[in-house]
Amino acid sequence: MSAIEVGGKSIEVDEEGYLTNRDDWNEEIAAVMAKEDDCDLDSNHWEVINFLREYYEEYQIAPAVRVLTKAIGKKLGADKGNSKYLYELFPYGPAKQACKYAGLPKPTGCV
Amino acid sequence: MADFETPALTEFQLVPHIKKGAMAHSQPYMAKPEFQGDLGFPGELEDGWEDVAVKKLGELTSKYRGLKVFLDCCVKCGACTDKCHYYLGTADPLNMPVARQDLLRSVYRRYYTFAGKYFPWLVGAKKMTKDMLDKWYSYFHQCSQCRRCSVFCPYGIDTAEISMAAREVMDAVGVGQKYCNEIIGKVYKIGNNLGLPEKALVNTLEGLEEDVKDDTGIDVKFPVDQEGAEVLLITPSADFFAEPHIDGLIGYGKVFHQAGINWTLSSHASEAGNFGMFIGSYENMRRVALRIREAALDLKVKRIVVGECGHAWRVAYSFWNTLIGVGHGGDDPYAKALQQQLDPNYPAPQHIIELTYDLIQKGALTLDKSANDDQRVTFHDSCNVARASRMGNMPGGQFVLPREVIKSSVNHFFDMAPETIHENTFCCGGGGGLLTDDLMEIRVKGAQPRMQALMDVVQEHDVNYLAAICAICKSQFSKVLPYYNHPMNMIGSVHGLVSNAIQLGTKQ
Repeated sequence: MSAIEVGGKSIEVDEEGYLTNRDDWNEEIAAVMAKEDDCDLDSNHWEVINFLREYYEEYQIAPAVRVLTKAIGKKLGADKGNSKYLYELFPYGPAKQACKYAGLPKPTGCV
Repeated sequence: MADFETPALTEFQLVPHIKKGAMAHSQPYMAKPEFQGDLGFPGELEDGWEDVAVKKLGELTSKYRGLKVFLDCCVKCGACTDKCHYYLGTADPLNMPVARQDLLRSVYRRYYTFAGKYFPWLVGAKKMTKDMLDKWYSYFHQCSQCRRCSVFCPYGIDTAEISMAAREVMDAVGVGQKYCNEIIGKVYKIGNNLGLPEKALVNTLEGLEEDVKDDTGIDVKFPVDQEGAEVLLITPSADFFAEPHIDGLIGYGKVFHQAGINWTLSSHASEAGNFGMFIGSYENMRRVALRIREAALDLKVKRIVVGECGHAWRVAYSFWNTLIGVGHGGDDPYAKALQQQLDPNYPAPQHIIELTYDLIQKGALTLDKSANDDQRVTFHDSCNVARASRMGNMPGGQFVLPREVIKSSVNHFFDMAPETIHENTFCCGGGGGLLTDDLMEIRVKGAQPRMQALMDVVQEHDVNYLAAICAICKSQFSKVLPYYNHPMNMIGSVHGLVSNAIQLGTKQ
C-alpha cells in the first residue's frame, strides 16, 4: 500500500495516488498531491475541487463533465464553462485529476 | 507528458524490425482480493496454483471446441505477424499474434498433447511456471481482442478467444486485472461501470433536458424507469458522463423524440458494456447481462435498443439470445417470457444505428446536412462491431449503415484507406479492457496504425472529425489524439452528428 506524507502524517493512497479513505481528506492533502504533479492550486482550482466535493456528498459520484462545466460556467462566468478551460486547469483531465485532489475515487469505466 | 516515445508517423505504414522485450515491462495493476471475491475468483496466488491453472485450461479446451482447434491448428505460416496494431506500434515480437498465442499454446501442449507430454523439447511445450504466468499477465494485457489477426489467418485462428481464455485461467488462480474486475464489481453493486447511482443519473439527465431545451426550444425527454415504454435503451454509462459520448446520447434522445417513440432508460441496467467478455468469464458475462433482462421484464418494454458501444453490441448481437432471451435460443422460463414480451416486428436486439437508419429510409427524420458543414468527417470502424457482429439485413451492414447515417447528416465524408477500415479496421488501441491509465504506453503505441491512416485523410481531405460508435474508442482517442498532434475534441459520436443535423418539430 502506498502513502503520501502530509504535515508529518502518513496518508494511505492507492497505486494511482487516490485517497484510500475519503475521510482522511483535507486541503493540505490536496495541495501536496497537486505539488507532486507540479501544479499550484489557486482559487480557480479550488472552485472546481469544492464543487466536486459538494456534488459527491449529495450524489455519491463525481459529476459528469457536462454537469461540471455548466456549474463552473455559472460560478466563474460563461467563458470558463467549457472543457477547454477545465483542461487548462487540470491537464490530465478534469474528471480524474481534480477528483484525485478532491479526495474522491477515480471515475471508472469507458471514460 | 510521458516517459515513452510516441511512434513516428511515416509516409506509409511500416512493419518495424523486432525489438525483443520492448514491452516486457508493461503490466496493469492487479485486482485486490476483495474485488476478486465479488466475481467469484480467489483473492490471490496460492500454493499449488500451477495445478489449478492447468486444470482450468483443460476445462476450457474441453468446453470450447473453437479454443482447442485454434491451439491445435496453427502452422506458423506467419500471415498474422504484421497484422496486430500492438506489434506495429511496439515492435515487440511477443505482440505478434502467433507469439502471443504460443504463450498459451506451449502450456497447452505440455499438458494436453502426446508429443508435448513426452517430447516437450521437440514441440516447444512448456511448463506452467511463475515466469510464464508473468508473461501471460503482461502480454495478454497487450491484446485488445480486436480479432484483426484472425481476418488474415488462413485458418481463422482467433487470438481474442485465446486471450480471453488466458485471462480466465489467471482469474482462476487469483491473478486478476484491477481495471476490469473492479468495474464488473461496480455493475453488481450499482448497475453500471461508472458507479453512477440512480439519483446522479436522474440529475444528469434532467440537466440534459434543460440543455436541449435551451439549444432548440424543444422539450426532448430523457426518461428513466418508465414502465410500459416501447423501447428500453441500453447504453454505455460513459454516455451519461464523458465527452464526446454525451453528444451521442443527446442525438439518440432527439431521434426518439422526432420519431415519436416512447422510450426509457433503466436505473437498474444503466450499462451496455459487459466486461465479463473481456475477462473470458461466461458466468460474469451472464450475470452482467441478466440485469438487462430484469429491467426489460420489470419495465414491460417491447423493444431493446443498444447505444453506441462496440463490445456491448458484440455481446448483445452474439450472446444475448442464449444468455438472457433477447433473440431466440434461451430456454429458461424468464428467457421465454422475455421472448413473448418483445415485439417480433423489430430486431431483438436492435442497434441505435439500425433504428436511426430505418427512420431515415422511411423519411421520418429531417436532417439538415449543412448544420455540419464545418465538419469534415471520417469513420472509425470499431473492432467488435466490424468483426464480431452485423447490422441491418445485408452482409456487411455493420459497415454500410453507420456510414449511411453519417452521410445523411453531413456533406463532407471521406473514408480512410481500405486496408484500415471495414473488416480490416485497426483497433483504437484501448479495447478489450486496456482503457486504463496504467496501460497508457501500450494504448498510445497501439494507436499508431489508426493514427497513420487518419493522418493521410487529414492531409488529403482536411478531415477534422473522427466519428465512432464505441465508448471505448471515443475515450481512447480523446486521450491519444494529442500524442499525435491532433486536438482531443476531434473524436465525436456518430449520433453527435445526427444531433446537429436533425430538425426537431418539422414532422408529426
